[in-house]
Amino acid sequence: MTLRSGTFQNLHDWLIREDFTSNRQARLHKAYVGWLNLVGNPLALLGFMVIVLLVAIATLAPVLTIHDPIAQDLSMALKAPSALHWFGTDEFGRDVYARLAYGARTTLYISILVTLIVAPIGFIIGATAGYIGGWVDTVLMRITDIFLSFPSLVLALAFSAALGPGIENAVIAIALTIWPPIARLARAETLTFRKADFVVAAELQGAGMARILFRHIVPLCAPSIVVRLTLNMSSIILTAAGLGFLGLGAQPPMPEWGAMAASGRQYLLDAWWLTTIPGIAILVVSLAFNLLGDGLRDILDPRNA
Amino acid sequence: MTFWTRAMPDPSPLPLDPILTVRNMSVGFPSLSGTIPAVRDVSFSVGREKIGIIGESGSGKSTTGRAIMRLQPPGAIVKADALRFEEIDLLKVSEKDMLSIRGRRMAMILQDPKYSLNPVMTVGEQIGETVMLHEKVSRRVARERTLGMLERVQIRDPRRVFDLYPHEVSGGMGQRIMISMMLIASPSLIIADEPTSALDVTVRQQVLSILDDLVTERDIGLIFISHDLNLVRSFCDRVIIMYAGRIVETIAAADLNHAKHPYTQGLLNALPSLDHPRDRLDVLARDPAWLEG
Amino acid sequence: MSMITVDHLAVSYGHPNRPTRVVDDVSFDVGANETFGLIGESGCGKSTILGALAGRNKQWTGRITIDGQMIGAKRSHEQLALQQMVFQDPFGSLHPRHTIGRILLEPLEIHGINDRQNRVETVLRDVGLPVNFRYRFPHQLSGGQRQRVAIARALILKPRILLLDEPTSALDVSIQAEILNLLKDLRKRENLTYILVSHDMAVVAHLCDRVAVMQNGIFVETVTKKQIIDGTVTHSYTKVLMDGSRGYVPKTPIATYRSPVDIAG
Repeated sequence: MTLRSGTFQNLHDWLIREDFTSNRQARLHKAYVGWLNLVGNPLALLGFMVIVLLVAIATLAPVLTIHDPIAQDLSMALKAPSALHWFGTDEFGRDVYARLAYGARTTLYISILVTLIVAPIGFIIGATAGYIGGWVDTVLMRITDIFLSFPSLVLALAFSAALGPGIENAVIAIALTIWPPIARLARAETLTFRKADFVVAAELQGAGMARILFRHIVPLCAPSIVVRLTLNMSSIILTAAGLGFLGLGAQPPMPEWGAMAASGRQYLLDAWWLTTIPGIAILVVSLAFNLLGDGLRDILDPRNA
Repeated sequence: MTFWTRAMPDPSPLPLDPILTVRNMSVGFPSLSGTIPAVRDVSFSVGREKIGIIGESGSGKSTTGRAIMRLQPPGAIVKADALRFEEIDLLKVSEKDMLSIRGRRMAMILQDPKYSLNPVMTVGEQIGETVMLHEKVSRRVARERTLGMLERVQIRDPRRVFDLYPHEVSGGMGQRIMISMMLIASPSLIIADEPTSALDVTVRQQVLSILDDLVTERDIGLIFISHDLNLVRSFCDRVIIMYAGRIVETIAAADLNHAKHPYTQGLLNALPSLDHPRDRLDVLARDPAWLEG
Repeated sequence: MSMITVDHLAVSYGHPNRPTRVVDDVSFDVGANETFGLIGESGCGKSTILGALAGRNKQWTGRITIDGQMIGAKRSHEQLALQQMVFQDPFGSLHPRHTIGRILLEPLEIHGINDRQNRVETVLRDVGLPVNFRYRFPHQLSGGQRQRVAIARALILKPRILLLDEPTSALDVSIQAEILNLLKDLRKRENLTYILVSHDMAVVAHLCDRVAVMQNGIFVETVTKKQIIDGTVTHSYTKVLMDGSRGYVPKTPIATYRSPVDIAG
């Protein structure tokens, strides 16, 4: 038991009390218990902290770096890590540390945007299929199957090749490969709750389909979809890096970890830091999202609620 | 932690030849805020009789049954002054020896037989396996014996049932299959945990009468755990009433109407009755003193 | 005047070519403020009839009239609010992630009813729960408290009829008594009509004025409460169900067996 004193102890007691006196207390209680669970799971907490750090670096990039991530200085090209350039410089003399910090923005931009596109699309398609059933289910799920049957990187490659290179197109291409598993998950969860008494009760009171899906099914599907999306983050990041690596994602001179690793390839033997540093960054962030996702699976499990 | 050590005299008359003796058994579950007691200092013994354990959900009746079988959930702490089954000290016996005791000498019937049967073997194969194990006979003889057993538990079409998988049989049929396995293994104590709660009235009647015959015929002991007062009082010889992990009263089933403990009386009065209709049912007023026995 | 009239109701499930008849040509009517029981074993069709009345099952044939209105496959909000259902399992009938307040507000929002906070508080008091329970989640409540919430949810639309599907069979005996008393009080106070589905003759006889005994989709007998209490039922199946509610009856009475005696005495 952690030692708490005074105000903190009172706050803690207020938060874990179960005889709520307001909706706000009930909500805060849930959040606080979730937080206690997260703290109780060291690996998930580690993942969470890495992600917080990533967000901090992305937002504070201009403060954290002294070099411009884009300005070239050929006289400084391919310098090894030093006090001035912590992670060395690339073939155009740009600071790798600065590019890494600004690259975090690209990574977050892609992964958040993809998630924002994919979550509602996947949920609506899957939940509609599961709720209505019959031929609607068959049609929607066969479309999902078609998307699922392609390897995701190949599909993303095909779409971004067709749409043309660029970060927005990469986002669309990745989103197209990510939604089918979400839809399947949403359908499976909807089927579980479709015949539950509380859903029937709402139907017998006249609730329409939209109300049932968004008011009743969403809160139940949300945990598993959030877990799935968190676990997907790493594959979004890896696919984005892969597209960047192949020249189809972010375009130069925009800093992007995959593209950085790709361009450093030619100097692998002389300047190891050009590929290694972005590679490690990709690895650490993907791992962090996976650890957090695994932890969330335990914390958000509706069976614990 | 005083409740572990406090002794409580066994109020019920001891059977002359007890199959099972439980003295001051407690079961607790460790949690963040200390051990949560589920069963507290229960003492009873079971002879060649049908003894019922009655209680509401959370009273510790199922935990008691499981602790005797040494099937308590992982992490649970079982303590007792004595836990003796025939010549075996259940507190000392190894898990390996326990494996050979469970099923053969002490058997359990649960509410849903599906969980006690192997889902990927047909019913006949499972019973046959028990026959071969116990009687060391060939597969063909075992099949004949199995069909005979299924007939003994009043299954009308044993040949068809032989080839069914557990998920294909109804609840009543499943319980009969469980009982038929006991006919072969011939245990001296059966612990039945809500064996008929999921069954319809007519099926329940049949299953109970088969169980009744088995107990009478083999002269063995039965612990019948249930929440159904009317059922226990009409089926069992003696009744143990549990409340909040404690035994509040042990009484002959026939004397249940003269129960002394207010909890037992309260339960009886809360029950709607065909023979004694009332406009309003009495609501049980729980006295905190009952928690301390 | 009768509140519910059911004429030649039949319900079939399964493939259109090989339908299974679950309810076969059942007719009955229930008067206002009456409690009508449906008793039988699992699969006899009692819950199916309740589902058809509630609007849960839509593939039925026959004629159902509720409060003077003919009921079709599609019902208006007003028609839905006329009758509300209470389910058997108090753990499955409340949304696990909604607070009690949210659960009770939901029907009011669907029907666009104002004065919501007041009505939530009133209905919580009506079913004997503290008002601050509205901030709790279902998992913080006991089985009996949950069933009270389920009854409150059914009552909040001010229905004329409650359809009770085994409302106490998942509860402990002492809790069952509280819920049965509550249902009796509510019927009197709110002038409600009940249809109670149960497998327990004692519960049905306690609450109902008339009882239909069902077997394989048909009514084998409709008896009054008085007939049950006096033991003057005619059909053997009704007697089987009555015996079942008294407990175990050995095939061959042996010396130690005494017939069940009254429990209050």
